[in-house]
Amino acid sequence: MHRIKTILLLLALMLPFPAGASGHGTPSKPGELDMQSYLFGHVSDAYEWHITTINGHPVSFPLPCIVIDDGLHVFLSNHIEESGYRLNEEGKLVNAATGERPIDISITKNAFSLILSSILLVALILWTAGWYRKHDAMKEAPRGFAGLMEMLISMVTDDIIKEGVGKDYERYAPYLLTAFFFIFLNNLLGIVPFFPGGANVTGNIAVTLCLALCTFLAVNLFGNKHYYKDIFWPDVPTWLKVPLPLMPLIEIIGIFTKPFSLMVRLFANILAGHIMLLGVVAVIFVTAKLGPALNGSMTVISVLFGVFMDILELLVAFIQAYVFTMLSSVFIGLSRQEPEHETKIETTK
Amino acid sequence: MSLITPDFGLLFWMTLIFAIVFFVLAKFGFPLITGMVKKRSDRIEDSLRRAEEADRQLKEMAETHKRMLEEVRKEQARILNEAAASGEKIVQEAKEQARSQAATMIEQAREEIRIEQDTARRQLTGEVTALAIEVAEKLVRGHLDNADKQDALIERLIDEARASHQTTS
Repeated sequence: MHRIKTILLLLALMLPFPAGASGHGTPSKPGELDMQSYLFGHVSDAYEWHITTINGHPVSFPLPCIVIDDGLHVFLSNHIEESGYRLNEEGKLVNAATGERPIDISITKNAFSLILSSILLVALILWTAGWYRKHDAMKEAPRGFAGLMEMLISMVTDDIIKEGVGKDYERYAPYLLTAFFFIFLNNLLGIVPFFPGGANVTGNIAVTLCLALCTFLAVNLFGNKHYYKDIFWPDVPTWLKVPLPLMPLIEIIGIFTKPFSLMVRLFANILAGHIMLLGVVAVIFVTAKLGPALNGSMTVISVLFGVFMDILELLVAFIQAYVFTMLSSVFIGLSRQEPEHETKIETTK
Repeated sequence: MSLITPDFGLLFWMTLIFAIVFFVLAKFGFPLITGMVKKRSDRIEDSLRRAEEADRQLKEMAETHKRMLEEVRKEQARILNEAAASGEKIVQEAKEQARSQAATMIEQAREEIRIEQDTARRQLTGEVTALAIEVAEKLVRGHLDNADKQDALIERLIDEARASHQTTS
């Protein structure tokens, strides 16, 4: 019983802290929770990495801002004003004098988190690969962490990639595996509420856009003749194609909706998960002014829900990585399908 | 809202970072691991197949062995039977031969005995005859030292011969 309490306490501590949430939203009365800035402050990008707030002093560390305006400007995020810039209402860097947005390639919180997680990912995979270099894989199977990685990699390769892509799957396996582990690791780090994690990386549309774009390229650059024929001259009655190219139009839209759905699915799932978790925790602070009894009972409920949500998010972290990889492999597989029945095509015409 | 508009800076970094990560992992990470795993699973599959094959061969060998053993045993029984039969036959033949030999020898012995007997009898007859003739000569010579006696004897002999001739006819 004592152990369970300890675990619950630890988990409660791990839930995102709302104390330092007051970001760039509308200012609110002191002592009252500004829900909007609390939620968006946690899930959106920032120029500094805010860790927590102790006694009203935000504990955060600055990140480099890189701006191309009239030349390249590099400065730390705690020197924005000194460098002649300010943040606009959306929290973006603008030129203090003109109010215009420069080309902004700052290493923001998400970019920094991406760098960290990528270093971690590369280290993990190369370490696993190193095991195979050092050992004779013909004679022994890896144990411990390398064994876990091998299990995951085999699972993704056999269950997702081989099933989805079909013939020639080895060619796409590196990309799909990279995508899987990239998403999975960033999802997991997103759940960890304190410093190295906690950034909403895979819940950011720019990140998912890049991933979806990669799948889009993999599908369309290596699509075979049959795939392109099915887009521009599909096997449908001719009046659907000429004079008004209805079907080709729909197919061309389809090319873009597939990766678009990938992008939105991952983004929305992770973002929603983060917001749900934050919302559950926010219950404690929203009910603070309703009296200690109600606040206390709501705190218990909030912690229980928080634990539940955290576990659910663990599941979602895996499922979303799985789904993204699976759909990507299916799309790739579809773009490489061989025509099945030539004779049937003739009859439908 | 900024949440659903991709930020250029982050997109730039994401693309760069993901490209680097992909390049590094696709070059040094995943192909090595998946290749090794595939090799090992192939090897395991191969080993299993070979083990099955070996098992099958072993079973086949055991079967052959058993069959051979059975054949040998049958052969042994046959040879033993044959040997017993031929031994008996040989004994039988030997007995038969001995018997027939013994019979011929006995026959020969009998024949010889008979010939010997015949010869002995013939010799004896000759000698007795000669002796009788000699005795008769001496007797006759004693009786017939005068003519009268000779005539009387002749007379008697003729009579006797006549009588015997009459009795026989």
